[in-house]
Amino acid sequence: MSTELTGAEITVRCLQKEGVDHIFGYPGGAVLYIYDELFKQDKVKHVLVRHEQAAVHAADGYARSSNRVGVALVTSGPGVTNAVTGIATAYMDSIPLVIISGQVPTHAIGLDAFQEVDTVGITRPCVKHNFLVKDITELATTIKKAFYIASTGRPGPVLVDIPKDVSQQKTAFVYPERVSMRSYNPVTKGHSGQIKKAVQLILGAKRPMIYTGGGVILSDAAARLTDVVRMLGFPCTNTLMGLGGYPATDKQFVGMLGMHGTYEANMAMQHCDVLVAIGARFDDRVIGNPKHFYNEDRKIIHIDIDPSSISKRVKVDVPIVGSIPDVLDELIKLLKAGKEQPDQAALDAWWTQIDLWRARDCLKYDRASPIIKPQMVIEKLYEVTGGNAFITSDVGQHQMWAAQFYKFDLPRRWINSGGLGTMGFGLPAAMGVQFANPEGTVACVTGEASIQMCIQELSTCKQYNLPLKIVNLNNRYMGMVRQWQEFFHGNRYAESYMDALPNFVKLAESYGHVGMKIEQPGDIEDALKEAFKLKDRLVFMDFITDQTENVFPMVPGGKGLSEMILV
Amino acid sequence: MENEAGALSRVAGLFSSRGYNIESLTVAATEDPTLSRMTLVTAGSDDVVEQITKQLNKLIEVVKVVDLSDGDHIERELMLIKMRAVGKDREEIKRMADIFRGRIIDVTDKSYTIELTGTGSKLDAFLEAMERSAILETVRTGASGIGRGERILKI
Ligand SMILES: Cc1cc2nc3c(=O)[nH]c(=O)nc-3n(C[C@H](O)[C@H](O)[C@H](O)COP(=O)(O)OP(=O)(O)OC[C@H]3O[C@@H](n4cnc5c(N)ncnc54)[C@H](O)[C@@H]3O)c2cc1C
Ligand SMILES: Cc1ncc(C[n+]2csc(CCOP(=O)(O)OP(=O)(O)O)c2C)c(N)n1
Ligand SMILES: [Mg+2]
Repeated sequence: MSTELTGAEITVRCLQKEGVDHIFGYPGGAVLYIYDELFKQDKVKHVLVRHEQAAVHAADGYARSSNRVGVALVTSGPGVTNAVTGIATAYMDSIPLVIISGQVPTHAIGLDAFQEVDTVGITRPCVKHNFLVKDITELATTIKKAFYIASTGRPGPVLVDIPKDVSQQKTAFVYPERVSMRSYNPVTKGHSGQIKKAVQLILGAKRPMIYTGGGVILSDAAARLTDVVRMLGFPCTNTLMGLGGYPATDKQFVGMLGMHGTYEANMAMQHCDVLVAIGARFDDRVIGNPKHFYNEDRKIIHIDIDPSSISKRVKVDVPIVGSIPDVLDELIKLLKAGKEQPDQAALDAWWTQIDLWRARDCLKYDRASPIIKPQMVIEKLYEVTGGNAFITSDVGQHQMWAAQFYKFDLPRRWINSGGLGTMGFGLPAAMGVQFANPEGTVACVTGEASIQMCIQELSTCKQYNLPLKIVNLNNRYMGMVRQWQEFFHGNRYAESYMDALPNFVKLAESYGHVGMKIEQPGDIEDALKEAFKLKDRLVFMDFITDQTENVFPMVPGGKGLSEMILV
Repeated sequence: MENEAGALSRVAGLFSSRGYNIESLTVAATEDPTLSRMTLVTAGSDDVVEQITKQLNKLIEVVKVVDLSDGDHIERELMLIKMRAVGKDREEIKRMADIFRGRIIDVTDKSYTIELTGTGSKLDAFLEAMERSAILETVRTGASGIGRGERILKI
């Protein structure tokens, strides 16, 4: 007879079997047996955060930057409710996470026990799936299923709720090699008939456009995508979530599209005759008003692993349900096998038009300004890091400038909350990125409002010596909110002004880090160089930027893609 | 779907969180106790119904979804209805129940309880035919559906 293990031991053994090297968590009564087992081993390293939201964001940053499943561990009740923002953030961006939560003992469930919440109920709408494990003999299989579900198909967070008594009981430990579930069989191969149709449309296109999103990053298909785009010679745009899916410095890249996308990307999107959408979900911040989008006639090919992403907001002509690498491989095969070539003359004319749009120089700003322009900070950040850093961001104007001005040539380098738009994401996500990439250069672009939503994590960074570089674009405003109030609410800046800001330099120093305040445009570059030279220190750079700067172009809510406000 | 605790709430939650309407929903275990079968009646444009189908399929515990109204199918609903039945009304109610192929399953000297099965519109028609003020209580199960002939939903 094999020896019996406790539920807590089994939990930790499962994590070891999955090859988990770091988990992010915060202890409490309901998970004490699990913490005790973590203590007794050293394969799975636990990172102690300062707030459960940060545990999940850190696991999320870890996953986004590495394509491994991120793992977080939280206690019952308030531990779980604190984690919900992090879980919803990961859900909206389809990030593979496993969240293990403690629960009150099974006999106490439903009795309003101390620190009891209906975790499965609260998290149901923001997880890919969740489980309450009431029977210890199902624990190992459930954890296996959680990793399987989180990382396959359209990825997403999966929560496993473990009552305290289950972590204490004993059973024989067998970790299944694989699980199969009759009700969950994600597809990979696309329908070959559909792919053939797509090839026909692509070859017949006169004004083609390739629009790619987070799916390319999530499925590690950037290299394949680059091959296809280069082979065809078509223009390519990325969503906010898709940046790095195609090299931003390449001449076929027309920039990000959408609400704050480039003029050329949005115009090309609106006026193309064949649109190839790859792992992108026609978000409202991307195509603006769908009715206006329909004003132009175009055929749409849509490759996505999730059928519900297809024809949800925009009707498509050739849906291809499948995983991007598989579908692109088949597409490349067909394109290479056929003799037909894209219509070069039409393509040349199309590029001439796109270059005219490009000449509008939609991202220009006043480079001679005596006050620091936030765009310039990002440009210098790009230069100083050689374009090689991992950049996390918070939410607001700074996020958009980071997306527009840092040219991502590689996938998994741009880490931000797109779907939920969670302020407070940047710093804890950067911690996760650093754990997944110990040798990597990691910077967090943030604003003075966002950074204060998880500022407590500066303490975690000290404990683990994380040499993050924080780039605070300090405009003394909730800039993105102020911008909307300026444009759409008659300059009434209701509660978007940040009064009583802390002295960020002293704040950073009090946590044991290096703080810098930069007020002159001429000092930006030297400050960045100095900060990045401090390889083993966290440096908080407080850039005092132009309070009035706005993000352009902008497609106002309800407007069409080509109805941009330009500078 | 898998006959598991929580599966029903996932379906119900999906409908409320995405703003789809549920006209009726019935669910019970099948001859295979690991599976339960749900019949859900909803209404919406083709686009909405397509999204509902896709979203249901995404739920991990949902094994298979078919739109019964895509083909020939049979739909039945059970209604229990308690009527005030005194004097000459007793005869009349009994006669109507017979016409609708209902059965009187409980009797007191003041009331009849009738069991009636059929499509939703047949049950509606019966209620229409009854005098409003005589209806004391009704309870309906919502529709259960099955394909006609060889059309089988099985996994
Ligand atoms: C302040 C702010 C401003 C914003 N402005 C913009 C903007 O200007 N432009 C912009 O683009 N976004 C913007 N966003 C982000 C926006 O809200 C959406 O998050 C984003 O556009 C969605 O990106 P996506 O379409 O790439 O989809 P994602 O959310 O990344 O979804 C990925 C898609 O890929 C699919 N997929 C996953 N894995 C695979 C696979 N293996 N094979 C095939 N398919 C797969 C998924 O099913 C899904 O449909 C903004 C957000 C904020 C907070
Ligand atoms: C948790 C959370 N609350 C509120 C918002 C709404 N919101 C979006 S941007 C923004 C302001 C962000 O200010 P700051 O971090 O200073 O960035 P800036 O726009 O000034 O660059 C707010 C409040 C949000 N996205 N997230
Ligand atoms: Mg600000």
